[in-house]
Amino acid sequence: MNKILFFAHLRDAVGEESIMMDAKGKTIADLKQMVLETYKSVNLENVMTAINEEFASDEDIIHEGNEIAFIPPVSGG
Amino acid sequence: MNYAISKEPIHVQEVIDKVVQREAGAITTFIGTVRELTHGKKTLYLIYEAYESMAVKKLEQIGNEIKERWHGSEVAITHRVGKLDITDVAVVIAVSTPHRADAYEANRYAIERIKEIVPIWKKEHWEDGQEWIGNQLETVAYPKGKPEESDLNE
Repeated sequence: MNKILFFAHLRDAVGEESIMMDAKGKTIADLKQMVLETYKSVNLENVMTAINEEFASDEDIIHEGNEIAFIPPVSGG
Repeated sequence: MNYAISKEPIHVQEVIDKVVQREAGAITTFIGTVRELTHGKKTLYLIYEAYESMAVKKLEQIGNEIKERWHGSEVAITHRVGKLDITDVAVVIAVSTPHRADAYEANRYAIERIKEIVPIWKKEHWEDGQEWIGNQLETVAYPKGKPEESDLNE
């Protein structure tokens, strides 16, 4: 299983800080598609992704136990 | 630990103390504070949220980038999360270097990088509503879904 984390406007849209989902063997692009199909009000435009706290790209493969985070454009500082 | 996310008010001097070194001829300190007016719109307060574990890693990455680029530098960064009122301190960056020009430059580099790669978000609360703020000026877009190599390593 994989823990999927949502932040900022994504957290508001999903209504959860995190969900558990089996994404093993899928790419980040596949996972984005799954999330968009499950949560109709989610907008992943300009959203970055991290696997185990490192930025990942759409082609990266998700492994068992990986923690995935969807990261909207940041606004710290 | 030189890189931290804090739920409590930041003690500026404690961040500065982390970069004190005998080799330094200068310490610059940047203090980011909560501004009341943005383009004429009045902010009541802000909520900062972080992906804390990754944010600490990315702050450390910025520190390492600075140490590579400006030799002999020491870096400490603390970013606040939670509810912040107008004038509250949101971030403190301290950089020490042998010579002052480097301390100014490296400190500027740190705040610009924070705004690019550190997973922290602010939610603005106004009199008539609230909104999560993305990259306000939309100066940075990531068409490939993540920062380019050049964004991460510049």
